[in-house]
Amino acid sequence: MLKLEIDPGLKQRARSAAAKIAGSFNWLFDEYSSLTIERTVLRFLGIDGALKDGKPLPNVVVDHLHAKQALANGTAIPVAKAMLSGNLTAQSVAEAVGRGDLDLTNLPSVPPQEIFEVLDGLSAKMLKHIRTQRETREQLFQRFGPRRVPAIYVIVATGNIYEDVVQAKAAAAEGADIIAVIRSTAQSLLDYVPYGATTVGFGGTYATQENFRIMRAALDEVSEDQQRYISLTNYASGLCMPEIAAMGAMERLDLMLNDAMYGILFRDINPKRTLLDQYFSRMINACAGIEIQTGEDNYLTTSDAVEKAYTVTASQLLNEQFALLSGVKPEKMGLGHAYEIDPELESSFSYELAHALLTRELFPDSPVKYMPPTKFASGNIFKTHLMDAMFNFTGQLTHQGVQLLGMMTEAIHTPHLADRSLAIENAQYIFKAVKDLDASLSLAPDSFVNTRANSVLREAVEFLERVAEEGLFTAMARGEFADIKRPENGGKGLDGVFRKGADYFNPFLDKMKQELGL
Amino acid sequence: MTKKDIIRPYGDTSGDGKMQISFSLPVPADAFGKEAARLLLKQIGFDDIEICGMRDLREGYTHFIAYVVTSAAVDASRIKVKVVETPVMGMEATDEYIRENIGHEITVVGACIESDAHTVGIDAIMNMKGYNHRYGLERYQYFNAINLGAQVPCEDLLQRARAEKADVILVSQVVTQKNIHIKNLTKLIELAEAEQLRDKMLFICGGPRISHELAIELGYDAGFGTGSYATDVASYIAITLAGKIVKG
Repeated sequence: MLKLEIDPGLKQRARSAAAKIAGSFNWLFDEYSSLTIERTVLRFLGIDGALKDGKPLPNVVVDHLHAKQALANGTAIPVAKAMLSGNLTAQSVAEAVGRGDLDLTNLPSVPPQEIFEVLDGLSAKMLKHIRTQRETREQLFQRFGPRRVPAIYVIVATGNIYEDVVQAKAAAAEGADIIAVIRSTAQSLLDYVPYGATTVGFGGTYATQENFRIMRAALDEVSEDQQRYISLTNYASGLCMPEIAAMGAMERLDLMLNDAMYGILFRDINPKRTLLDQYFSRMINACAGIEIQTGEDNYLTTSDAVEKAYTVTASQLLNEQFALLSGVKPEKMGLGHAYEIDPELESSFSYELAHALLTRELFPDSPVKYMPPTKFASGNIFKTHLMDAMFNFTGQLTHQGVQLLGMMTEAIHTPHLADRSLAIENAQYIFKAVKDLDASLSLAPDSFVNTRANSVLREAVEFLERVAEEGLFTAMARGEFADIKRPENGGKGLDGVFRKGADYFNPFLDKMKQELGL
Repeated sequence: MTKKDIIRPYGDTSGDGKMQISFSLPVPADAFGKEAARLLLKQIGFDDIEICGMRDLREGYTHFIAYVVTSAAVDASRIKVKVVETPVMGMEATDEYIRENIGHEITVVGACIESDAHTVGIDAIMNMKGYNHRYGLERYQYFNAINLGAQVPCEDLLQRARAEKADVILVSQVVTQKNIHIKNLTKLIELAEAEQLRDKMLFICGGPRISHELAIELGYDAGFGTGSYATDVASYIAITLAGKIVKG
């Protein structure tokens, strides 16, 4: 049995340092909200659609209240008030605001009792819908059987959702278990979610609720054909993290990229905004039974995979603790890591084996997400295909939860149909060839792999203990993470964070906390 | 083989013209599909077409792998290429060169422009740590490297370059689809010309789909493709700017 011998004391120290760091943000989670959290509330109340110029109605309503400095108590109460006084649906309230016919700060008074009744009804209805979607997924998995381990995860990224459907269906028929629709590259920094089906994107396809619906329907069809449940994933990240989580919950996406710190470090989004948004978005994912995935691979795309291996471990531990605070269960935490080692390094495979086993050892219940070589993928597609094979070998040998397949044309273009097909063929061949090989192998106690794994964990522990001492924001501001300095009040989206008023109310936050036992 | 020769593809015998081709067609993986692939290759002008691999990609598509023979040949004496011709120096040598020939710090403002969110290229050239054992420009004593990061609008990049009195603008385009990188790069140059900045600084672009030739064609001073390091870019900048001072 291929298993590491890890110092249990180190594991203990690692978790308690990470818990201390994540546990120091109650002030933020309890006392603040953000524009995108409020837009999420509106979407959950049933507001959708956009103005002629493309501005989504949830943005219209939130901006309307924000401009009048009337957002402190949230959006739910004014919208419910307008519904009651005009006998309107939430959608028609938003449309009236969009036309300029309705001022939400100038409404006749309504007994609070009635407001809370309306919101109670609407939130119960939406949460029931989300629960039903979760149960549908569970039933489908029961009917078709569980996902394979490692699951085969591939991306589609044509920019056109209808073209994506063709590619996704072909990939599923070839053996893919999870389809990711990569977003258009500019989307993470948009402070709104585009509306409707889209056919133009760059490096990917816009995440919109309609696009989610189109792809989910196509994959449901393929699942029937293949008698295998094909999962769908997207990205609850960037400036609209909780809104995208909400859309995914409503449309039965099965996984979501949802990292606690990625936006801060790699997209220069404000630290407070990111942590706040991830707190609520992960709660939505938890209620919807959506498996979250984290982006630790990014630490290694510019830094050295050996020297900075501990940053991956540290981030995994922090992502785990933040996820627990939002009610995400370990079996729904797809913590990330990556095979980004320099192929010129002697014994590169032994290093990667140590790192891959360490992740599995630390998070035995998690469907860990393993990312492929990208940094050393050159235009030499033959070499890249070979590196992907080594990556697939490691994935099966160490039973990673999700194998995000490498493409031989990485660094050249978004995958062509044949590229994806060859990647699936590569994975299937190797997964089959070494299926249970690990059961026949064991590591010598003083082997390089054991020693290396312990030393990476030790570095991670020392790092986390240092961060716990000085605080996460201070450490980020000093560039302790990914060598990038991110000050607490810098980055994009800080002006979208506000302190809650005394009468703030978000019916979904309260009910979800209750449902998740938080 | 000397450069005067006629150049033909080589399989295992001189001049055999063998090439390896792979492509996909919207046809079924059967005799009909295979014939479609063969006819396509014939129409391109290949001979001895041998379709050795045919893989069903599902949804009505098929992948073909073929070996073919071409009668095409290239006259080596007619090949003209544009490459960055300045020699490449290490970091210390470049700093020393700048100290002697320019005598002051060179300001470089860099960014991934417009839709591109992938900073891996610009970071590899500009950030302190660099890439693959070559330190980035930040580490150089004689470079003031300002990396604006991802998704920077062209307008903002030019404004910052003006404010910093930059000597060089460095643009990276990594992720591209449907030639968006060309549109983005063109936009930057057109704006720079409109704002009369084009001749005030060096414009350099880089990325996996960029060649020096493409860069020149788009109106840039130089372009750096895959496999370029900070040492290549730094040496080019130092030598080119020094040359301008001499000519100046």
